[in-house]
Parts: sequence; structure tokens; C-alpha cells
Amino acid sequence: MVTLGGHIKETGSTTKTKTGGWRTFKPVIHMDKCVDCGCCWIFCPDMSILRKDGEYSVDLEYCKGCGICSRECPTGAIEMVLEEK
Amino acid sequence: MIKIKEIRFHGRAGQGVVTAADILAMAAFQAGKYSQAFPFFGVERRGAPVTAFARISDDFIRLRSQIYYPDYIVVQDATLLDIIDVAKGLKKDGKAIINTEKKPEELNINTDAEVYTVNATKIALDILGVPIVNTLMLGAFAAITKEVSLEALQQAIEKRFPPKLAEKNARAVEVMYKSLED
Amino acid sequence: MATDVIHGSKAVAEAVKLCDVDVIAAYPITPQTRISESLAKFAATGAIRAEYIKVESEHSAMSACIGASATGARTFTATSSQGLAYMFELLFVASGMRLPIVMANANRALSAPLNIWNDQQDSVSARDCGWIQIYVETNQEALDSVIQAYRISENHEILIPSMVCLDGYVLTHTMEPVDIPEQDLIEKYLPPFKPALSLDPDSPITLGAFANPSTYMEFRYEQQKAIERSFKAIEAAGKEYGKLTGREYGLLEEYNLDDAEIVLITMGSLAGTVKETLASLNDRRIGLLRVRAFRPFPKDDVRRLLKDVDKVAVIEKDISVGLGEGALFSEIKSSLYGLDSQPSMAGFIAGLGGRDVTPEDIAGVVKKVEKGFEGTGWVGLK
Repeated sequence: MVTLGGHIKETGSTTKTKTGGWRTFKPVIHMDKCVDCGCCWIFCPDMSILRKDGEYSVDLEYCKGCGICSRECPTGAIEMVLEEK
Repeated sequence: MIKIKEIRFHGRAGQGVVTAADILAMAAFQAGKYSQAFPFFGVERRGAPVTAFARISDDFIRLRSQIYYPDYIVVQDATLLDIIDVAKGLKKDGKAIINTEKKPEELNINTDAEVYTVNATKIALDILGVPIVNTLMLGAFAAITKEVSLEALQQAIEKRFPPKLAEKNARAVEVMYKSLED
Repeated sequence: MATDVIHGSKAVAEAVKLCDVDVIAAYPITPQTRISESLAKFAATGAIRAEYIKVESEHSAMSACIGASATGARTFTATSSQGLAYMFELLFVASGMRLPIVMANANRALSAPLNIWNDQQDSVSARDCGWIQIYVETNQEALDSVIQAYRISENHEILIPSMVCLDGYVLTHTMEPVDIPEQDLIEKYLPPFKPALSLDPDSPITLGAFANPSTYMEFRYEQQKAIERSFKAIEAAGKEYGKLTGREYGLLEEYNLDDAEIVLITMGSLAGTVKETLASLNDRRIGLLRVRAFRPFPKDDVRRLLKDVDKVAVIEKDISVGLGEGALFSEIKSSLYGLDSQPSMAGFIAGLGGRDVTPEDIAGVVKKVEKGFEGTGWVGLK
């Protein structure tokens, strides 16, 4: 829609764009190797690492599969696995 | 066509040449005339030759070009005579006013117009305490050309300068003006 | 109304003062410096209530204006030459976001070679940035145009930023009589700024985000439609201003056009010298068309006014290197395209880098055109 100067009145509208569909590889977290350092959570550019009470999971609706979490994990607890579609 | 009187000022950067043109425009306006003043800056360096221009008319002045055929020239620093042709284009029935101790006939100036010399530096040193002659040259201009009155000039000076400086300059201008009255 | 002998720079500053601006962000550059100096002084002494943001560059100045305008503040900046060039990318941002910023540009030549003197290459080169551009002839018009610019730009039908272009030195550093209108008169003319959009933490919106190929063109189209609406708004603002002050303005100024066979065309302060030259030639066959609004360009009016003229000669202080003519000449030719009886056309480049343009130069152009000169030429080229 063409609004004045391209303004967007609705807040949080980017959540409508589910970027999970862009993914080829998905991160799989092996909690046995996790030391709860939080690096994956800090570095994820899409806020797709979910952290709760020391437990980590991936929000696959938005994770683009970039692999930054896997690269940054100091213990190698995150594996990038080819996603069968 | 409207008659415009054109005045060209010559001096060196730092001598208040541009201010002189501005004050003349203000004074002419105070006296009910239309006026215009503008500088030509060359290299912006202290000591470099500077030219400033003023026009006075009964009507709004639309002309924006520099002045090539002035009715009057005002030269604040006679040492410029050796460097530039200050009288270039000066109308035959025009007037040249030059700050120097010398007499007109002692000067090397290329013009058929009337040449007046005034010792503005001496008055400036006596009254202002500094060899800044821009306002004094305006006093001489007023007395010699009658294009603006002494009062209008003093009013413009009061408007342009802070009170103390304005008072000194207004006094100096009066001394110059009266010294040239017939 | 108080009339005073003031510089063009001061006239602009006085206009900004009268417009009760909220935010000023400017960076000094010759020959604009006295505008930002005067405004900084006004702000420091409480003569205006505007926030004066000191920035480290023109890029930042325009960025600050964009941010301020987006929050709903009436904003002002001023620049010149290299400064305008340095602002270039933000000029598009301001217009694309439809922010009614007003700027004064002290027209000056661009480097290299380094030159601080007047021509109009700087703003003419920015003609496609989506800003309204008004070129003024006198210090009075500079003051009046800044005030009108707010009224035009802030109109919710328009919302396009405006650039008031005044010739560097020739106006900025020239003292001449200027009427400074009373504050209450301008308050009547220019109501407080009511933004169409504004950034507010309590009801957030996004400005200047993103448009992909499926929508971008439509934004440009909307800008074009909005600036087309400004034709009427510029004329109305000029007329209304005339009612209050006695000084009326339009898109174009016609001088001695009624019986004119030869029409000279120019922008900015050069028009004064042309008028004076024509007055001394005293020939009713020669007239002047002064283009005041270069953007939006009043094509239809130009066509209407020139359709029965024999010869047209454009004199301008800019050149499109590689095309070999000035932008104004190109626009005039394009305005007259397809006329049954097209006038003969000549375009002259003059006054680049502060080269003085004299009445003799103008008379020379007239003589050349009378003898049948067509195409492009240079005035005063050594």
C-alpha cells in the first residue's frame, strides 16, 4: 500500500513475514554439551534462539538457518542439519 | 531611466573597506534614498587589495553587476596606486578621494577627474588611536560630494558600531567633514 | 513594517525568526555562513525559541532536520555549494519521507577548481531530488520566499520540502533595503505547523522504511502528483502574501512581455541586471521572463507565454557538462516542444564561478539573438 512517505502505522508488522521458509539447514541444539553461556542467544540476528531457565530451543517460524549460532557456540553444541522438505 | 550614483572603494583587507560601503548605503537610506552595497572579495587575506561598491538612487536598484564606470572612487590606502589602476573607468566629471599626505599633483593617478587628497590617517591616529580610516573617508566623501549629509552618516555609524566606538567614529567623521567645508 | 538596509543573509535569518521555527541544524559554509551565524545568535540570545543543533557537517545537518521534522517540528537549514553536494543523499530522504523542511541555499560554484563565488550549479544539480526550488531576485524576495515556503511545504496536500535559492555574494553579501513584516502579520499568514505524521513514542509508527519493486514506483508517482499540486499552492501563497504585504509572487515573473518579440529568460538576481539593461535599451519588443519556480517547472505557463514570440534567449549560471547547455535552456526547449510556430531558441552560459555579468553582456546577447543566433553560446568567455 502506498502511504504518505511510505510510513507504517502498525507496529511489529515484520512479525508477519515468517522467514523460517528461507531455511536450508536448521540448527539442532544438543543440550548435553550446552554450558548455558548464552552466546547463541546473543548472536542470533533474528532473535530465533529461545532461552528459558537454562533450556534452549529454536523458533523455526523465523530462523533463516544462517548458522551463526552454530559458529559462535564454544562447545559445538549446535549442529546445522539439512532440512528435508 | 533612473539615475544611479556609483561609488567604488579601494583598500586592503582588514581596513574596513566593505564596512565603509555598507555604512554609506545605510546613510543614504537614512536620508530617504535607495541604496546598495556589496564587496568583491579576492583572496581573503589581511593586506590583500579589496574592492567594495555602493550605489545610491531615487529608485530601487536592480542592477547587480560590479561598478566599472564609477562617479566617485574612494581610496583608503594610497600605496594601492602603485599596484592597481584605482581610477580605471572613473567618469570625467567624477571625483577621486585619496587618503594621503601628498597633494593631488604629487600623485601618479591616471584620470581626468578631479582628485582630492585628505590626511585621514592623521585624524584617525589623533581621535581613534588606530590608523583605521574607513569612516573618515566617508566624512570626506560627504563633504566633497554632498551625496549624503554628515548627520545621516553619523546616524549610520551609530547603528553599525557599538556605542563607544560609534561615538569616537562619529566625532572623527565630523572633524574630517568640517576640515573640508568651504 | 520596518524597512532596513540589510544583507541577504540577514534577510533570510529575519524570515526564519518570523516563522517561529522549532529546530535549526546548519553547518557554516561561505557564502552562507552569515545565515547560520545570525540564527545561532538569535537562538543564543533568546530572540527565537528554536533549538539550534550544532552539527559536524551538512550531511548531519540535513539528517538532524529530517529527524526533527519527523517528530513534527518546523525545521530550517541553510547551506551552499559543497555543503549541498554533501547533503545530496539526504535531499532524497527528506522529500521521499514527505517532510516539509525549508532550506536556504546560497548559490555558489562547485569545486574543482576551488571557487567560493556565485553561480547556480549547486542547486540546479539538485533539481531531481524532489524538492521545490524557488530562485529569488532580491533580498526582499529571499525573506518573503522563506516565509511562503513554509506555507507551501506544510500544506497537507503537498508535503514537499522547499529550497529557497539566493545568489551567493550577489545577494547574501549585498546590503539593500528590505521590509521586515510585523510578527503578527506573519502569524496570520503562517499558522503553527500541524504535521501530517509525527514520530511519537506513545503511538509508534515507522518512517522511511522499505519499498520493494512492487511499490517503489508508486511512491515516486505520488511525489510527482504532490509537487504538481504545488503549482497552485505556490501561486496561492504568493497571492495571499501580496494581500498582506503588497508584494505578490508567482511561478514566473513577466517583465515587458506584452508586445515582446524577443524574450530573455533567466533565474535569480541576474534578472535585475537584465531589467536594468532592457530599461536602458528602451525597446518594447524585448522582454524578460524570470523563472522563480524551477521545481516544479511551470511548463504550461512557459508555453503559453512564449508561443507567439519570435526569439527566446536563456541566460543561466550553470552548465550540464557533456550536453553543452544549461538545465534551464533544456527545460525551456522541452516546454516549447511540438509548437506549430516554435520561436528560435538560444541558450547562453554566463557568470560561472562569479564571473561578473554586466549590462553590456546582456546587450550583447540581445544583439546576437536579433541577428539570428540560435543554439548555445557562452557570455564573457576569455
